[in-house]
Amino acid sequence: MQRALTAEDKEEVVKELIRAGIEEEIAEQIKGEFIPAELTIELDELLEMQIEEAYARDILMVQGRREEGEVKLGDIELKVNKSKLPELIKGELRKKLRAVRDKLSRRKLDEILKKVEEKYEKAKVEPREAVGIVAAQSIGEPGTQMTLRTFHYAGVGAIYITLGLPRIIEIVDARKKPSTPAMKIKLAGEYASDRNKAEELTMEIEETYIRDIGKVEASTEDMSVWVSLKERELKRRHIGREEVEEKLKGLGAGVLVEATEDGKLRIQVQNKFYHELLRLEEKVSSTLVKGIEGIKRAIVRRDVDGEYMLYTEGSALKKVMRIEGIDFSRTTTNNIAEIADVLGIEAARNAIIEEMMGTLEEQGLDVDPRHVMLIADAMTMDGEVKQIGRHGLAGGKASVLSRAAFEVTVDNLLEAATHGETDELKGVTENVIVGQPIKLGTGAIELVAR
Amino acid sequence: MKKGKILEHKLVPKHEVMEESEVKELLDTYKIKKEQIPKIKLSDAVIKEIKAEVGDVVKITRESRTAGKFLAYRLVIE
Repeated sequence: MQRALTAEDKEEVVKELIRAGIEEEIAEQIKGEFIPAELTIELDELLEMQIEEAYARDILMVQGRREEGEVKLGDIELKVNKSKLPELIKGELRKKLRAVRDKLSRRKLDEILKKVEEKYEKAKVEPREAVGIVAAQSIGEPGTQMTLRTFHYAGVGAIYITLGLPRIIEIVDARKKPSTPAMKIKLAGEYASDRNKAEELTMEIEETYIRDIGKVEASTEDMSVWVSLKERELKRRHIGREEVEEKLKGLGAGVLVEATEDGKLRIQVQNKFYHELLRLEEKVSSTLVKGIEGIKRAIVRRDVDGEYMLYTEGSALKKVMRIEGIDFSRTTTNNIAEIADVLGIEAARNAIIEEMMGTLEEQGLDVDPRHVMLIADAMTMDGEVKQIGRHGLAGGKASVLSRAAFEVTVDNLLEAATHGETDELKGVTENVIVGQPIKLGTGAIELVAR
Repeated sequence: MKKGKILEHKLVPKHEVMEESEVKELLDTYKIKKEQIPKIKLSDAVIKEIKAEVGDVVKITRESRTAGKFLAYRLVIE
């Protein structure tokens, strides 16, 4: 399609540019560069290439321009987008090129892009490089400098959290439950700006049992359990007496609950056995009245953006999801198994990376995220979170010798022998054992003479 | 639970079921078989949301610390 750009088009471009986060000054500049011209590419085509509309329009301009030399913003956009670089580098490149645009010529621009692409290609890992071993060493060495102690949550004096080496081990072992489960709950709307509202929420999610709000006594005299509720606790936690009564009635069929005049609650045992009475006492005191099971404590803190948020001891992602006032999309837990369950395997992969990098960074260790990403990828490869041990990744290896060299040697060899397994000697460990060159790096190439 | 709520979570990247032709192109590019792609279970929370089926390949657009944006693929299994 061929058409000329009208003044209206230009105004629209400026609006688009500003909306895309471009400074007004630059937007005006781009507008100034526009000259009516014939267009060779359609806007739709460019948009299909996932180019932002504002830039797409500028590219159309560049396409239709006849004079040579000067570099327009659209040139940068078009050429950078065409290159095979990762998004992050493209973004950086765009920003830098835009800043020096007046010193560029189109030839120079091409040259710069070529150089950057070359450098990027060079920085890539060579085929057959033992990336797993590099990752293991890159995390292992800083690991020796890590503390063995656990610490407080950064910024939350009151909650203990496993950090340092024990935490790293916990993550790669893919434990079903961390030793110190905890959540960071972000809040939505006015809950995030009003401290009192946030405090109210803590009451909503903190688990509250009958024993927390009253005294539970078993009396052998009348064979019943007496509950005397503490008025102060009820008020603080916004719990009504009727609510408690209701919960107790739900204990089971045939449970008789009555409120006496002095404000006590009496629960009668059906059959008058002593052990029945004790069982009932236990059952009554551990009845959940309010909150979410598993959340032992919740604390309100202000985050870096000045928003109020909650830190919790204990974790229950699925149940917290339903609470009104929380911003679920930004709420996380340190229980990776729970994330895999509620949010899926990809979220678990992200959580492994975040947790590991967080733990390493907290200790002041600078490990390249690529190593951690590799570990997370390996752990989640099969669609479920697997540990890096004999029950997971190492145990799933195809080679008998490799498994035997890792842990429980005799068991592995015996098992393999009874099943008549063969070892194809493809991996590193196997070949070291039998004394052959390993198939890595230069060892990966075989020459055939004719 | 509100539908699609987990898809909005910041830890959950975008999952899309790929067309048959796209899958073929992918396998040809990397010279691999379908079974060599990392797996995702049918019972996975996200797979249930986007209603993918066994044998489908999902394209995952990950946010990466080092690359900005990164494409990954997973094969849906039982």
